[in-house]
Amino acid sequence: MRFSVVVEVQLREGVADPQGATIERALPHLGFDGVDGVRVGKCIRFTIDAGDEAAARREVDELCHRFLANPVIEDTDVRIEALVG
Amino acid sequence: MTTIGVVLFPGSNCELDVMEAMRSLGADAKVLWHGDRSVGDADAVVVPGGFAHGDYLRPGAIARFSPIMAAVDKFAGDGGPVVGICNGFQVLTEAGLLPGALQKNRGLKFLCTTVELRVATTNSVLTNEAEVGQILRVPINHFEGNYTCSPETLSRLRDEDRVVLRYVDNPNGAMDDVAGICNEGRNVVGLMPHPERASNPLLGSTDGLVLLRSLLVSAGAALSRRG
Repeated sequence: MRFSVVVEVQLREGVADPQGATIERALPHLGFDGVDGVRVGKCIRFTIDAGDEAAARREVDELCHRFLANPVIEDTDVRIEALVG
Repeated sequence: MTTIGVVLFPGSNCELDVMEAMRSLGADAKVLWHGDRSVGDADAVVVPGGFAHGDYLRPGAIARFSPIMAAVDKFAGDGGPVVGICNGFQVLTEAGLLPGALQKNRGLKFLCTTVELRVATTNSVLTNEAEVGQILRVPINHFEGNYTCSPETLSRLRDEDRVVLRYVDNPNGAMDDVAGICNEGRNVVGLMPHPERASNPLLGSTDGLVLLRSLLVSAGAALSRRG
């Protein structure tokens, strides 16, 4: 089966995010008040072949841990969806 | 003659400067291609600055999987002196040879300036010829130089005297003013500043020479141990 994968890489809680802080500081100047907790991460999309969704998740988790994120400073959030056809 | 191997990834750009600086001290210097599976007859290895693999994903994230890095890992594991400068420091943290990570600078500015460093320990392959407290003027040139690690790791680094160099006036937000650290064996050092760019009066400072000379001494010791 083929699965569509979205990996969101975020800085871990407590790790300073200068990009997020800069964006947050800029927002009131543009008239956007009340926006809080801005964090900047990255989004990585790909497709993967696997026997089932659990197998796909295992493979993606390993991929995230070894390569896509640096566990010292980053966390990942993985979304997997089976592709039809 | 002592031989310094300098790793060349696609996107490295300080390898010639490092080789020139090491040769000015009387060493032999040669390139270690990223596809090589051995460090050959190198008595010490330098992972130089630049933008290995374009810094894509994260600085050092792709470079660490190069065949040469497995050889560098083994060389370091056998006690061989290894120094990562700037991007090389980032590669060594990604490879797990040094703890922690290098984040974007506080203030989000690419920093290209000369800073003052204070030698924090002389018990490392990069500082054995220096003196504790010695102030060195050495250039920095980075966007991701803000050293970070877990509080536990930081206390270990402090307790074990593994912070090698500190900034006098912290330019990038690095924890505990860290400019350079070493591993438990004290034979692997990573630092953000570029000692090779402070190795000749023409460059405005020769303060980096004491660091490079230390590496040469360590390499010589490794050479005589090997026979």
